[in-house]
Amino acid sequence: MATTDNEVKELIKREYEHGFVTEIESDTFEPGLNEDVIRRLSEIKQEPEFMLEWRLKAYRRWLEMDEPEWAHVDFPKVDYNAISYYSAPKKKEDMPQSLDDVDPELLRTYEKLGIPLHERAKLAGVAVDAVFDSVSVATTFKEPLEKAGVIFCPISEAVQKYPELVKKYLGSVVPAGDNYFAALNSAVFSDGSFVYIPKGVRCPMELSTYFRINAANTGQFERTLIIAEEGSYVSYLEGCTAPMRDENQLHAAVVELVALDDAQIKYSTVQNWYPGDENGKGGIYNFVTKRGACIGKNSKISWTQVETGSAITWKYPSCVLRGENSVGEFYSVALTHNYQQADTGTKMIHLGKNTKSTIISKGISAGRSSNAYRGLVKFGPGAEGARNFTQCDSLLIGDRCGAHTFPYIESKNKSAIVEHEATTSKVSDEQMFLCRQRGIDPEQAVSMIVNGFCKEVFKELPMEFAVEAGKLLEVSLEGSVG
Amino acid sequence: MLSIKNLHASVEGKEILKGINLEIKAGEVHAIMGPNGSGKSTLSQVLAGNDAFEVTSGEVTLNGDNLLDLETEERAREGIFLAFQYPVEIPGVSNLQFLRTAVNAMRKHRGEEEMNAAEFMKLAKEVSKQVDLDPAFLKRGVNEGFSGGEKKRNEIMQALLLQPKLAILDETDSGLDIDALKVVSDGVNALRSEDRAILMVTHYQRLLNHIVPDYVHVLAGGKIIKSGGRELALELEEKGYGWLGIKDEDTSN
Repeated sequence: MATTDNEVKELIKREYEHGFVTEIESDTFEPGLNEDVIRRLSEIKQEPEFMLEWRLKAYRRWLEMDEPEWAHVDFPKVDYNAISYYSAPKKKEDMPQSLDDVDPELLRTYEKLGIPLHERAKLAGVAVDAVFDSVSVATTFKEPLEKAGVIFCPISEAVQKYPELVKKYLGSVVPAGDNYFAALNSAVFSDGSFVYIPKGVRCPMELSTYFRINAANTGQFERTLIIAEEGSYVSYLEGCTAPMRDENQLHAAVVELVALDDAQIKYSTVQNWYPGDENGKGGIYNFVTKRGACIGKNSKISWTQVETGSAITWKYPSCVLRGENSVGEFYSVALTHNYQQADTGTKMIHLGKNTKSTIISKGISAGRSSNAYRGLVKFGPGAEGARNFTQCDSLLIGDRCGAHTFPYIESKNKSAIVEHEATTSKVSDEQMFLCRQRGIDPEQAVSMIVNGFCKEVFKELPMEFAVEAGKLLEVSLEGSVG
Repeated sequence: MLSIKNLHASVEGKEILKGINLEIKAGEVHAIMGPNGSGKSTLSQVLAGNDAFEVTSGEVTLNGDNLLDLETEERAREGIFLAFQYPVEIPGVSNLQFLRTAVNAMRKHRGEEEMNAAEFMKLAKEVSKQVDLDPAFLKRGVNEGFSGGEKKRNEIMQALLLQPKLAILDETDSGLDIDALKVVSDGVNALRSEDRAILMVTHYQRLLNHIVPDYVHVLAGGKIIKSGGRELALELEEKGYGWLGIKDEDTSN
């Protein structure tokens, strides 16, 4: 009485919802990477000299580095010269001055993605910055934010308008030479968001960025920098989608967060890049470096991520807890299906006294996918009274997928306390039978069980994102019952 | 209502049910008794459609329709309810959400409008009182950290919410103290009605003091070897299964 193979195939065939391609004219660089490409990129962006120097230095570092191979993922070598490093929708004018100047075709794309730049955004009270391929196309709600003193703009704009802030903080958390992909990003990053919350300001609305890869054979290298001054608070949401293409596409982003005394940054991601088809063809390589620095005392950085997309995910949102009593949190749901591979987790680096961190990771594997949690909890000599709690749960659906856990703990301080809990479970036949015996569809049952498994993480997401995440899981799990 | 003809079923290649014949009419309460390993639980699992069991021959119809052709969830929507002997936990899924999803699946099947959260909450609270479960249980994960007795009461609460045509109770009395047995029995008795049948599977006759059956069947070696009225259960209690020439592996309690 199991769901028949044919039914399963039928369900799997249900397509990736965001897989459409937008027909717009774009200016795209020829594939290939060298110093000239970087110079051209910097010139198009009208960057000050320091920025170009910074990029070139990063590029030279990158040339000397090797692609990391330690992650529990397997993919053919990326040919970095087959990728185009810049693609921008052709603009009717030089720069979109307001939403009215944005190509209507582009706006329709965002509408299809469920990202309302106009009224719906206003209703939701969410300020949206949208990055399409390599450029930022629209930032809503500039005015009320400006009134509060909040800066929320494309990073390319920040480089021109706020060079002092950029100079001070860019690369301060993730140095250009931090790792292979961070170096590449530092050399070629094209756009991304910049957020600055002044002292004592509670950002009046959730800030949000949507990333979209559209053009073929392009990489997306966005860069996000968020600075929360003393006593400020900001909640930032990030969503990602890409069209369905047979070739793999590269996405190598860097996100840096800086929290000063008593500041709080809450960073939430729903990552739904195209995962490839049911045979593992195509999909995004998502190689991302995200790190936050709790510089100030009593500061707090909280990462929440729901990772359902991408062919390969390589991502470790981390916290460097330097300030006394600072707090780092990492809540993660990573779901892999078909041939997806994920190696994701976090690093909590405790340097200051009485710093605390919490890690809750939920990995769900279905199909023939592979899902690894990799985490480092480190206590420096000065981390007196620091403590970490880690909970790492894996859920398997079917018997052809894999779940792996690689926890690392390093302690140079005897007073530090670490607690680690890990479980692996299956969506059991008994659970399925109970649900179905109560009249519930198998697909709905799996989705309900998985949502229950993820509950501790979902409750950390802002309300509208939590609903979206639940639905996304449902879609991503389609065809996983067999 | 339910008609079972020459039903054979096996698990992992081993035949457990070896030709069951049973007729149950609406309004009737049947008890199936028998020693451990006789096939009682297998019969309830097979009727509910558990994939782990394979029906090798025979026929089962519910109001004339072939039950064996239907998926588990379709049988449930047609009115088959199984109260589990060992209800499984579903961590993180609130009882309330689980029950509402189930009730709405049934309603949808019947072409009725789905219940919203507020309406359902009200209904669920009333029903939970019927089985003496604190409404706080509705917010907890399905069976998560419930005691044995709470799990059984939760099962009966589900039956009361879903209002099935045929309720199959698999060892609903096991692990209950005398007070809990009373509560659960009251719940089951509340289910009794002219258009509903109840099939109770039990090792011991004590449950039948609280829920008085119309018919009692003795299952042994995968077959019904004796049928009778209420008095058969009493006779069994007095004389033990040995009286019918069967070995009872479990003589405790």
